[in-house]
This record gives sequence, C-alpha cells and structure tokens, in this order.
Amino acid sequence: MASTENTENGVKKIGILIEFENDKIKKANYGVITAARGAGHELYALVTDAEGVHCKAQLQAYGIQKIVLISLKKVSLEQNPVRQAKAIIKAMGHFGIYTLCGLTSPQGKDLLPRIAAAIDAPLVMDCLHVNFADGIAQKPQFSGKTIADIKVRGTHHIFGIRPNAIEAVSAPCRADVIPFEAHVDSKRLKIKEIKPGVSGTANLSEADIIISGGRAMRNTKNYKVLYDCAQVLNAAVGASRVAVDAGWVPHAMQVGQTGATVNPKLYIACGISGSVQHFAGMKTAGVIVAINIDPDANMMRNCDYGIVGDLFEIVPILTRHLMEIPEINQ
Amino acid sequence: MKIYVCIKHVPDSAVQITLTAKNRIDESVTFLMNPYDEHAVEEAVSLKEQVADSEVIAVTLGKAAALSTLASALAMGADRGVFIKTDDPPDGVITAKLLAAAISQDGRPDIIFTGKESIDSVGMQTAFRIGAALDIPVATHVAALSLDWVLNRASDQNRVLVECEKSGGDRDVIEMQLPCVIGVGKNLNLPRYPTLPQIMKARKKEIKQIDPDSLGIEKPLVGMEVLKLHVAAYERKNRIIKGAPEQAVAQLIKCLHEEEKVF
Ligand SMILES: Cc1cc2nc3c(=O)[nH]c(=O)nc-3n(C[C@H](O)[C@H](O)[C@H](O)COP(=O)(O)OP(=O)(O)OC[C@H]3O[C@@H](n4cnc5c(N)ncnc54)[C@H](O)[C@@H]3O)c2cc1C
Ligand SMILES: Nc1ncnc2c1ncn2[C@@H]1O[C@H](COP(=O)(O)O)[C@@H](O)[C@H]1O
Repeated sequence: MASTENTENGVKKIGILIEFENDKIKKANYGVITAARGAGHELYALVTDAEGVHCKAQLQAYGIQKIVLISLKKVSLEQNPVRQAKAIIKAMGHFGIYTLCGLTSPQGKDLLPRIAAAIDAPLVMDCLHVNFADGIAQKPQFSGKTIADIKVRGTHHIFGIRPNAIEAVSAPCRADVIPFEAHVDSKRLKIKEIKPGVSGTANLSEADIIISGGRAMRNTKNYKVLYDCAQVLNAAVGASRVAVDAGWVPHAMQVGQTGATVNPKLYIACGISGSVQHFAGMKTAGVIVAINIDPDANMMRNCDYGIVGDLFEIVPILTRHLMEIPEINQ
Repeated sequence: MKIYVCIKHVPDSAVQITLTAKNRIDESVTFLMNPYDEHAVEEAVSLKEQVADSEVIAVTLGKAAALSTLASALAMGADRGVFIKTDDPPDGVITAKLLAAAISQDGRPDIIFTGKESIDSVGMQTAFRIGAALDIPVATHVAALSLDWVLNRASDQNRVLVECEKSGGDRDVIEMQLPCVIGVGKNLNLPRYPTLPQIMKARKKEIKQIDPDSLGIEKPLVGMEVLKLHVAAYERKNRIIKGAPEQAVAQLIKCLHEEEKVF
C-alpha cells in the first residue's frame, strides 16, 4: 500500500530517468543518482531509449539497484514524449515507484512535467538539492535572486535536478536488469522529424566548462578565438543575448534569463558586462572568470578571477598557456 | 478560431528582490508581463490576423495589480480579458486547474498558449497541467508554428505543426491535433510594441472578472508549498589579476589549476 509518506513497507523506491547522448549515458545523470541515494532507498534506473546500449556497469557503479529497460510493444518509442511519459508511468505503477527524479535538461523539461500532469503529482524543477525524507527541494526563483525551500505533498513526488548541481560520487553495487514492455499510444501528437541544430553547438546546460563572448565579439568570425580556447579546455562556447540578437551565433548558445541556465565548474566571460539577465543564467557556476577592458563592469565586480584587458589579446595567450598543461592535454 | 493566452504578472527581471516575510517578496517593485508570455500574445494575435472570425482572449490569475499586465495584452491586440482574481495566488497545481476551468467556462478553445516558463516561480509545468486538465495534447519550448485550419471546427484536420527546441539547437517537429496547448519560447517571434492609440483603445475592451471559488476546483491533497525563501548570496573571491597579459594569464591558470582544481 502506498502511503502519503511516499514509501512502501519502509522502502522508498526512487525512479531515475536516465538520459543518453550519442548512445552514451550523460554524465550529469550520475549527480542525480548520487542525490537520490539514502538509507532505505531502492534506486531504479528507468531507461527508455536503450536499444543496444550498455549501461549496466556505469549505473551500478553509482548505486543503481534495478535497471528497467522500457520498450513498447510493436512501435518504437520514436522519442515521442507522450509515449515515453505514458510508458514511464506504467513502469512506476508496475514497480511501485512513488518518487521520480530526472535532469532539468531539454528532455527532462518535456518529460517530467508531462508525467506530473498526467498523474496529478507535485513537481519541482531545477532543484539544487532534494531532501527525500521530508519531501523538500531547494530551487532558484526570481532569476536566481532567491532560493526557495519547497515542500511537496502527495503520494507521488517528482523532482527535476539542475545538471551539475550535485557532484557525482560513486557507490558500487550490483544491479539487476529488468526488461519492461508497455502498451501505449499517442494519437493526437506525432513527431514528424528531428531537425538537427547548427553542428558543433554544444549542450550548454550540462557543460563542465563554458567560455562565453558578448557584444565585444563584434561578429561571427571572431568567435574563433573562443572556439580555439574551448577546444583545448574541452569546453562549450556560450554567448550573451546581444551576440545572439545580432545574429553572430545561434540562440542555442545564449546564456541567461531567456537562454540556457548553466551550472559549469568554470565559466569564462569574455567581453560580457554582466547584466542581471546574463547572471540569471550562470550565477551558480563554480568559478567565474571575467576578461573585460572595463574594470568596473558588473561581471568584473562579481567574478572570482578577473583580468582587465582586451579579450582578443588575452584569450589567445590563455589558449597557448593551456596547451602547455599536461593534465588537460592527455 | 478561439485562442486563449495565459499571461502572468511577474517582477521585472532587473529589479532587486527583497523579502517581507519568510516566504514573501516585497512586491512594491516593477512588475511586467512574463517575457515568454509576450511572445505567446504576439503569436495569438498574428494567428488571429490570418484566420477569419478569430478571437484572442488573455487570461491571468493574480492579485488586483495583475490587471496592468492584462491591459498590456489587450493593447498588443487581444480582444478581451479573463481575470481570475485572488489575493493569495495558489501553487502551480491549483493555478493550472483554475486557468483550465476558467477557459472551459468561457468558451471552446482551439489553441491555448502559455509561456514555456515563468521567470518568478519557474514552475516549468503550467502548459502540461492545463493540457492534462482538458485532456488535450501539449508541446513546449516552441520556436516555430504553422497552422492547418479548415472551417469546420470539429474537423480532425485542424492541426498545428510546431518546432520544439531541444538540446544543442536540435528541434523536434511535432504535429498536434487541435485543440492543444502550446508553451512558447522566445524564438517564436518578435513581440510588437503597442502604439498609443492601441493602448487607448484597449481601455474599452472587456475584462471578465472571475472568483476562483466559483470555478468549483476542490483543493487537492497534492501540492507544492514554498516554506521559505532565502536571498541567494554567491560569495565570489573577486581577485583582479594585475600585470602584463602573459604574467596575468599564467597567474590565472595557476589559480584555476592548483587552487580551484577545475582542470
Ligand atoms: C527580458 C530580458 C531578458 C534578457 N535575457 C538575456 C539573456 O538571456 N542573456 C543575456 O546575456 N542577456 C539578456 N538580456 C539582455 C541584457 O539586459 C544585456 O543587454 C546583455 O546581457 C548585454 O550583453 P553583453 O554583456 O554582451 O553586452 P554589453 O552590456 O554591451 O557589454 C559588453 C562588454 O564588453 C566589454 N568589452 C568591449 N570590448 C572588449 C574587448 N575587446 N575585450 C574585452 N572586453 C570588451 C565592455 O567593457 C562591456 O563590459 C535580457 C534583457 C531583458 C530585458
Ligand atoms: N498565475 C498565472 N496566470 C496566468 N498564466 C500563468 C500563471 N502562472 C503561470 N501561467 C502560464 O504558465 C506559463 C508557465 O509558467 P510556470 O509553469 O510557472 O513556469 C507562464 O508563462 C504563463 O503563460
């Protein structure tokens, strides 16, 4: 029997939506698994697009006890979010999972609220921390200017966790792999095609290191100095809204209020003044570096390390020095 | 075609947020229409301009002050407004149920637009909850839209094709039958600025006020409650590295490598 405490016979079964990119488990999943571990918790990895994917070794290394491979009778999941959501709900019902977690990634933003709405469950997205015992999550609100403690009530609890918000720590165990077939349909919503984005545009929201350029970049071509540096650092390249609105780079690269929310270990802001709206997307970064000709720029006053100077001079020197560090050039 | 647009009255993203109680912000700051909702109103009004006999109805739930955001939507071209007035705005679960109930009470929607998220509470869920309440399909983070509309409203040929933004700029092209809910992202269009005559004309447009208690939504056992808000403080080291570029960069790398261990 389910109780409002969202546990069953003292065991809290937590389902974790596992996301893949190019047939590999996204690294950010391990932080979610780490967050979900706890005394009396039984962790279920819910895998919906696992055709030919090997994930057992990685998932059990982080403490997953059951791996549920969800497939659909006759049709493939086709990335159709309605089918995926319905199949996940069936799996949750079948295994008695009352708590569900995933990433606040583009996929998570489509699936988690779909599931929450369908089963009328409370949902908190973009969590920085979750206390599963009390059902309390912490998340940024008001453009990151406040952090809210939010209590969820209901038999089912659903949380979307901000990528990189929780550091992954391994905790090896043994996992069982359980195939699960669901019958679901999606009559009124169909995926017609998937249009690929501009190639080379990295997924900013899960990047470990980001180097961004703003108005100071002046054109598309100049972004090459950032790409060169990014290549050495294995970083993603971002931009301010000014650069996006000017058409120098695609919107997928915009960081901020109306762009991507990012949470990298290192954020290097080049020629970005540091508007409130830009900070709204990157203020939780681990370390912020500012490169700006204006020592009084807001980004300079709110960074960890700042260099006053022309980015077109500083960034190439940075790239050259980084190439000499053995640890990042293995 | 009947097009509903849900708009939320939110603090301007540029203002400073201070607290007046453990879970309340000081509301004596500038409030505006949620930025994504401006794109939603723009899309609704431009569809109305393409399809004869269309009506755009802006719907908001909030305190009395939210009327100014409703007025902005009317000035942008919405035909009338529905105002669910409450002195104590409820959580995302009840808000979506009230919005859905107010819309079905008002008329038969063909499309309901919302923003993909609100910039104050950042629930990221209202579109889906409205869709579930009315049992109609939902797509979110929509960056392009094209409509197939035939006159017979009951026709299942009435569809939209939308492009939903995914990671790295990929887009899913999704076909949905009407009625449906569309969560709008900022790439969909460029919102218009109303002219003074439009603002004046908007003052005469009808706003229907609804008491939430009249909508017959039972207070569910399910919900999200903000227990406490903390003003976020991010302590930054703020070390400005001086010196010639070569030395400054070397110093920076040393700090990042040895102290911060980011690589
Ligand atoms: C509703 C709303 C939503 C918004 N959403 C976003 C958002 O999501 N993301 C976002 O970024 N903005 C957003 N903005 C815009 C935001 O307010 C700022 O206008 C924008 O962030 C400024 O971009 P910038 O820093 O590149 O340009 P600027 O503010 O013009 O700053 C340029 C900086 O470059 C420096 N500089 C110039 N030349 C050089 C050089 N050669 N080397 C080094 N430094 C140099 C200058 O000193 C200056 O500090 C939003 C605004 C609104 C109203
Ligand atoms: N109180 C409200 N009144 C009208 N629309 C709302 C309200 N709250 C949320 N919405 C709509 O739902 C969208 C997403 O909000 P949220 O789910 O809070 O991120 C907003 O962009 C609005 O379109």
